[in-house]
Amino acid sequence: MKKFKLLLVDDEEEFVRALAERLKMRDLESDTVFDGDQALSFVDEKEPDVMVLDLKMPGIDGIEVLRRVRKTYPNLQVIILTGHGTEKDEERARRLGAFDYMRKPVDIDDLVGRVKKAYKRKLDDLSVAATFAEAGEFDTAREIMNEDDDGSGKR
Amino acid sequence: MADSMFKTPWRAEVGKKKRYLFLWRWVVIATSVVALSPMVILSFVNYFQYKRALHEEVGERARHVTASTKRSLEFFLAQRRSALTFITRERTFEDLGDQAKLEAIFENLQDVLGDIVDLGFIDSGGKQISYVGPYDLKGKNYSEQDWFHEVTIRGYYVSDVFMGYRHIPHFVIAVARKWGAGKPCVLRATIDSDILAQQIRSLNIEPPSEAFLINREGVLQTPSRNQGNLLEKSHVDVPPYSEQWVVREAGGSSGKTSILGYAYINSSPFILIIIKYPATSLANWFNLKRGLWLFLIFSMIVTVLIIMTMATYMVSRIREADSHRAMVLHKVEYQAKMASLGRMAAGVAHEINNPMAIINEKAGMLKDIATFKDDFSYKDKTLQLVDSILHSVERCSRITHRLLGFAKYIDVKIEAIDMDILVKEVIGFLEVEANYRNIEIKVDVLDDNIPTIKSDRGQLQQVLLNMLNNSLNALAESGRDGRILITLNSEGPDHVSVTIEDNGPGISKENLTHIFEPFYTTRSNGTGLGLSITYGIVEKLGGQIETKSEVGVGTSFKVTLPVKKQNSGSGS
Repeated sequence: MKKFKLLLVDDEEEFVRALAERLKMRDLESDTVFDGDQALSFVDEKEPDVMVLDLKMPGIDGIEVLRRVRKTYPNLQVIILTGHGTEKDEERARRLGAFDYMRKPVDIDDLVGRVKKAYKRKLDDLSVAATFAEAGEFDTAREIMNEDDDGSGKR
Repeated sequence: MADSMFKTPWRAEVGKKKRYLFLWRWVVIATSVVALSPMVILSFVNYFQYKRALHEEVGERARHVTASTKRSLEFFLAQRRSALTFITRERTFEDLGDQAKLEAIFENLQDVLGDIVDLGFIDSGGKQISYVGPYDLKGKNYSEQDWFHEVTIRGYYVSDVFMGYRHIPHFVIAVARKWGAGKPCVLRATIDSDILAQQIRSLNIEPPSEAFLINREGVLQTPSRNQGNLLEKSHVDVPPYSEQWVVREAGGSSGKTSILGYAYINSSPFILIIIKYPATSLANWFNLKRGLWLFLIFSMIVTVLIIMTMATYMVSRIREADSHRAMVLHKVEYQAKMASLGRMAAGVAHEINNPMAIINEKAGMLKDIATFKDDFSYKDKTLQLVDSILHSVERCSRITHRLLGFAKYIDVKIEAIDMDILVKEVIGFLEVEANYRNIEIKVDVLDDNIPTIKSDRGQLQQVLLNMLNNSLNALAESGRDGRILITLNSEGPDHVSVTIEDNGPGISKENLTHIFEPFYTTRSNGTGLGLSITYGIVEKLGGQIETKSEVGVGTSFKVTLPVKKQNSGSGS
C-alpha cells in the first residue's frame, strides 16, 4: 500500500501550519497549500488520499474546489473544515460529495479520527472495486469508485 | 396577539389624550355650526314668512268683506232710492198728493220692499201734503230743515239713523222731483234701520272681530259688540274720507294688532267699519308657532347628539388607529434593529472564528508539546494553563455559535412531535447537571390527550433547553433545594402549552421587561442571548411565550404552541 497522503487547504497560514504540526505529532504527515488554485494543482500532481478543505478562500473557493475534485478524482475523500459554515453549507457540501464537515475551532483528536475514517473509506471503496474488477465486473467496479459517500446515487 | 406579548420589549405609544379631546371639540363645534345654522336660519325665515302670510290672509279676508259689504249696502240704498224715484216719475203730482192713492202706493211698496215704515209726499213749500204711516205727520212743514234744502238741491237724501217715536231706530230716504216749472217736491220714506244691521249681521263675523256703521260724526248707526251701543259715539276715530274702501293695520283696543277696514257708503252718511283681530287664526298661529319652535329645538338637540356621537366614534377610531400604527412602527423598528444586530453578530462571529481557530491550534500544540515531552519542572503548571486557554476558546466558540444561531432564520423542518417525549429527551440532556446540583425536575401532564404538534424538533428542543438552562442557572445561585416543575397541557383544541416553573430567586419587575432583549443578562458569564433566541424561535413557530415571576418565590415560563404551524404575521 502506498503511503497515506493528506492535503490541508486553508488560507490562514498560521492555522494550517499549526494544524499540520499537531497532526505530525500524532503520526499523520500532511502537505499544506493556501488557496484553491494551489489545491487543484497539488491534487493533479500528487493525487492525495484525503483533503481537509476550508470553504472561504480567495480566488477559487472551497465549494468550487470540491466540485472539481469530485469530478476528476472521485476517490479523493474531502473533509470540509470551516469557520463559517451554516447548516445549509453543510448540506450543500455533503450533497456535492464531501465525506465530512467540521467547524472551527476543531478538536484535534476528533479531526484525526475522521481523517483516518476517510482514508479507510477510500481503501474500502478501492478494495471492493478491485474485487469486482478482478471478477471481470468492470462496470460495477467503476460504479463503486464513482459513488457518493452516502451511496445516494450517481453524480 | 398583542395581549400575550406582555413584557415585550416594545411599548405602543399612546397619543396624548389632550390632542384627541381638542380634535373632538373642534369637530363637534364646526359640524354643529354647519349643520345647525341653516336649520335655525330657515326656521326663522319660515316663522316670519308664516306670520306675514297669516296676516295677509286675514287682511285679504278683511278686504274682501269690506269691499263686498260696501257694494251690497250701496246697492241696497240705491235700490230703495230707485223705487222712490220711479214712483215720482210714474205718478203725477196730484196722485202723490192724494192720500188714498198714496196709501195704495205705500201698500205696494211695503209688499215689495218690506222695511218701509212710512211714506210721505212734501210739496215745494215744505209741507207734507200726504202721509201714510204710523206717525202723525200729515201737514208737517219741513221747509226750515236742512235735509229739505239738501234734497231739493241734490235730488236725493239719506239721513242718519235716529230714534223714532217708539224707540225704534229709523233712517230716511227722500227723492225730489220737479213737476212743471216750480220748485221740486219730495217723496220721503222712513226705513227701519234694522235692515242695515241685518246686512251686517249676515256677514257672520266671529268675535272679537266686528263690523258696524257709523256716521260722519262717529256715532253708531248699527249696534256693535265692543264700541258701544246704537246711537252712541263709537271708540274708533272717524277715518278720513276715501271713495274707495280701505284696509289697513291698526293698533287694537287691547294692544293687539288689528286690521281695520272702512268704506264710505256712497250717497249716504254711513261709514262701514270692519275691525278684524286675527284672533281665530291666531289660535292656529300660536299652535303653529309653538309647534315650529318645539320641532326646531328638538331637531337641534337630536342633531347635536348625533354629531357628538359620531365625533366620539370617529375620534376614538382615529386614536385606536394611531396607537396601533405606533405599535406596529415600533415593532418594525425593533425587528429591523434585531435584523441588523443579527447580521452584525454573524459577521463578528465569522471573523472571530478564524483567529480563535489559530489560538486553539497553537495552544493545542503547546499542550501536545508539554504532554509528549518528559517531565519538566513546569509540566503540570503548563498543562493547567494551556487547558485554561483551551477552555476559554471553547467558551468563545459557544458564544459565536449561539450568535450565528441567533442571526440566521433557519428554515423550519416540520414533523409530528409528541411534547411528552420531547420534554423527557431534553431533560435527559440536563439530567446529569441537575443531579449534580441537587435540583429535582418533575414533569406533570395535565391532559391525557395532548395532541401531537406539527413543528420543528430541533428548534423546540432548543427552546426547552434554553428555558431549562435558565432555571438551572437561577437555582444554582439560590441556596435552597431547587425544584423545577414542567407542566404540559392542552389549551383549547388547537394549542398546547409547556410551563417551566422553578423556585429560584425570581426576576424583579424591572428586569422582567428586558429579559427577552438580546445581550441582556444578569449573570456574570451569561451571553444574554438565550431567551431572545428562544423568543424568536417561538414566534417563528407561531406560538406565544409568557413569563411570570416573583422575587423570592420563583419564575415560570409558559410557551403556548399551535398544533398546526400557523403563520406568525408581522403584525402580531
